[in-house]
Amino acid sequence: MDIRFKFMRFRKIASLISVSLFIISILSLGLRGLSLGLDFSGGTLIEVSYESPVSLESVRNNLQENGYPDSQVVNFGTNLDVLIKVADQSGNSSVGEDIFNILNNQEIPIELKRVEFVGPQVGDELRDQGGLGMIVALFMILMYVAFRFQYKFALGAVSALAHDVVIILGIFSIFGWDFDLTVLAALLAVIGYSLNDTIVVSDRIRENFRTERVLDPIDLIDLSLNQTLGRTLVTSLTTLLVLFALFIFGGELIKGFSLALILGVLIGTYSSIYVVANMLMSLALTKDDLAIPEPEGADFDGMP
Amino acid sequence: MILVVGSIYALPNLYPTQPSIQVAYTDSGRSADQSLLNELEDILQDSKTEYEDIFLRENKIVIKFEDVDTQLSSKTILQNTLLDKVIIALFLEPSTPQWLKDLGANPVKLGLDLSGGVHFLLEVDIDTAQQGRLELLLDTYRKSFKEERIKFDDSSIKDLKLFFQMADNQSYNKALKRFRDDSPLINGVQYIITEKPASNILMLEYTDIALREIRDYAVGQNLTTLRNRVNELGVSEPIVQRQGSNRIVVQLPGVQDPTAAKKIIGKTANLEFRLEANSRTSPLRKEEFVFKENEFRTAFLEKAVVVSGDRVTNASTGFDESGFAQVNITLDMEGGRAMQKATSGNIGRGLGVLFVEQKSKSELVTNLAGESIIEQNTFIEKKIISLATIQAVLGTSFRITGVGSPAEASELALLLRAGALAAPMKFVEERTVGPSLGKENIELGMKSIVIGFSLVVLFMVLYYRVFGIAANISLIINLVLITGIMSLLGASLTLPGMAGIVLTVGMAVDANVLIFSRIREELKEKDPQRAINDGFSRAFVTIFDANVTTLITALILYIIGTGPVKGFAITLSIGIVTSMFTAIMCTRAMVNIVYGNKNIQELKI
Repeated sequence: MDIRFKFMRFRKIASLISVSLFIISILSLGLRGLSLGLDFSGGTLIEVSYESPVSLESVRNNLQENGYPDSQVVNFGTNLDVLIKVADQSGNSSVGEDIFNILNNQEIPIELKRVEFVGPQVGDELRDQGGLGMIVALFMILMYVAFRFQYKFALGAVSALAHDVVIILGIFSIFGWDFDLTVLAALLAVIGYSLNDTIVVSDRIRENFRTERVLDPIDLIDLSLNQTLGRTLVTSLTTLLVLFALFIFGGELIKGFSLALILGVLIGTYSSIYVVANMLMSLALTKDDLAIPEPEGADFDGMP
Repeated sequence: MILVVGSIYALPNLYPTQPSIQVAYTDSGRSADQSLLNELEDILQDSKTEYEDIFLRENKIVIKFEDVDTQLSSKTILQNTLLDKVIIALFLEPSTPQWLKDLGANPVKLGLDLSGGVHFLLEVDIDTAQQGRLELLLDTYRKSFKEERIKFDDSSIKDLKLFFQMADNQSYNKALKRFRDDSPLINGVQYIITEKPASNILMLEYTDIALREIRDYAVGQNLTTLRNRVNELGVSEPIVQRQGSNRIVVQLPGVQDPTAAKKIIGKTANLEFRLEANSRTSPLRKEEFVFKENEFRTAFLEKAVVVSGDRVTNASTGFDESGFAQVNITLDMEGGRAMQKATSGNIGRGLGVLFVEQKSKSELVTNLAGESIIEQNTFIEKKIISLATIQAVLGTSFRITGVGSPAEASELALLLRAGALAAPMKFVEERTVGPSLGKENIELGMKSIVIGFSLVVLFMVLYYRVFGIAANISLIINLVLITGIMSLLGASLTLPGMAGIVLTVGMAVDANVLIFSRIREELKEKDPQRAINDGFSRAFVTIFDANVTTLITALILYIIGTGPVKGFAITLSIGIVTSMFTAIMCTRAMVNIVYGNKNIQELKI
């Protein structure tokens, strides 16, 4: 049999890396939390475009004098675009207009690019909904994989997904990147993508467990990983190609989104190789687990 | 077959859009006609403005222009000549040929982040609607108890409950019977009655069923009102929709001035017509209000509301005999009856119009944890906007004089005409995207799609040769299908939606890659024809499982997401389905055309 690369030889190191990344992520999420974007924190965000570069300090001072002491002022993309964030919790929806008027009174002409106001209640709701959506997604996938494969695969798949999601969240937390609705969308897309990978690998493991009679589980898993490696790498590569195109050319608005996806594809590719296989090993997958159920299950097994 | 249909529906997106304006009469009851069309033509010809086409469509007149500059300048010219008579909206008319339109094929709609515009989320204040209902109920019971000689010492509203202190046990029983008789609804009961026979106290509050009805009514009423107000703004394709139990989404694509839009939409105003209190009015039945234009002037009005703003069906401005501005008001039948009843015995008395506005004020308070936080308190402000003497018995139509300048009169008329709200609303979310950012987003999105797509196409050809070309053709078909389905469903394309398309491009090749690598493996043991065949059929199971799970996450995303994120979920879901179809069917067909029925000795893949 053609086992070019003995993946499972490194499984202990891989577990160690995964577990420590996971713990670091959890710690960071617990201690630092996520820097929640406007969608979840509520408040007001204004993006304006100046005709000539402007010093952020002067914008800050100007806002401070006019009753917005706690505003965040940053450049957005170019040094002509300025993004102002006011974490005003009082739910006043006219802050945006007010700030635009304050800034518009200065010498340099500005153009309003966008205003976003999210009331505190809506922010809370979006947050709850997002979290709930994530849990429901994981649960439904668990059910589907358990139904189509076997519960050990389902546990493997879901732990791989949880692993991916937590580590991406952890990275966002450590670097203090803004976590908003588009990043949440990316995270759910990562779940979909990573699962795609996981299923392809699991599918092959299942097939090999049923057909190959001579090898022990470690070799069987190694064989399956080798057989799917080409495909895994090609798909990850094409996906990364488009994601980098999106990251570089897609503009500031979807930077966070494409970043989360790039991380997701990298981590997802790794996790579909190691996390799933490791889980299967720890759960001691045997051939009996995959005995073709008779008779109605015969439709599902995909083998002649 | 699917390809042909897909291509037809994707076609309209290739035709450019044309700057156009849309003209409608301000009075929503009046449809645009040939005479308005002639008038517009004359004005445009007088000012030597060039236009491409002018025609009538669904109560509106559409004028197409060569470029955006003429579009903007003619809007100004027309508006300055016709003033308030018409509402003029700017929009982009797709130049889709008639035969495509007949098939129902239209270009993909752009989401707000691409077209520019405003998105508002408003929340209806249900408590106030309930309070209003309770006041009405209290009034009804007071009147009918008096008529039926059921005695009570005190009656009031406390914490959204009606409170009655009955005079004696006999009245208590009669009142209780009355409440119980009134309570049943078709689908349940409307009151929760708290009985305290020992102290002759009765309390009444609404059940959940009744509250739901109040809420639905208030939201429905506000929805209608908002639609009218939005129509007044003259936006070409507005969206006004209920979201959840008590929220309303308003989307105005292409609106350039969000402040003005917000001013009209956000007027959470209501109107109340009340009789002025006179010497016979008991102090308990009257209330003092200040005037809107003069804080120092006050007047006493009766507590009972004769007619409220939701009974107003039309209002317009005009001038009285001496040339002062006036507002002509028309009420619906019920409102007219109430007005007639109230005014018939009261000629010579004053009739006040109260302007009810919801305002908010922030206060610094200390919470339980001892931190100072800003708390938002909303309160309701009622001010008199007009107090006129009743000259005659009023019915369904009457006029208010002494309303100030013509501009003030027309603003009052606009508010009255657009209908008052059944319950106050407040903005809970607002997103404005300037037109320049929208355009920028389209360019960025297109650029990413083109670059991402080219990279993938290049890679596939280099890596898989002939099979790569087949996969690439499938990819192109896939893009055509996504566009076609988006157009067909009328789904909006957003920036994350474009990202979804890019992602689909990257992931769509996955199915092909799976098939190809499978064929490669099978080739080691089998002859090429059987390898191709088995490769396709074995890879199918894997592709199916992998895509179903991705589809599950896309659906969840669609359910929890809002606006742009929904757009992402839509393109992702469509992309998954089409990529499965193209990878399995189209690639197969192409491979069959190339290699089918040939005796191949060697297969390069």
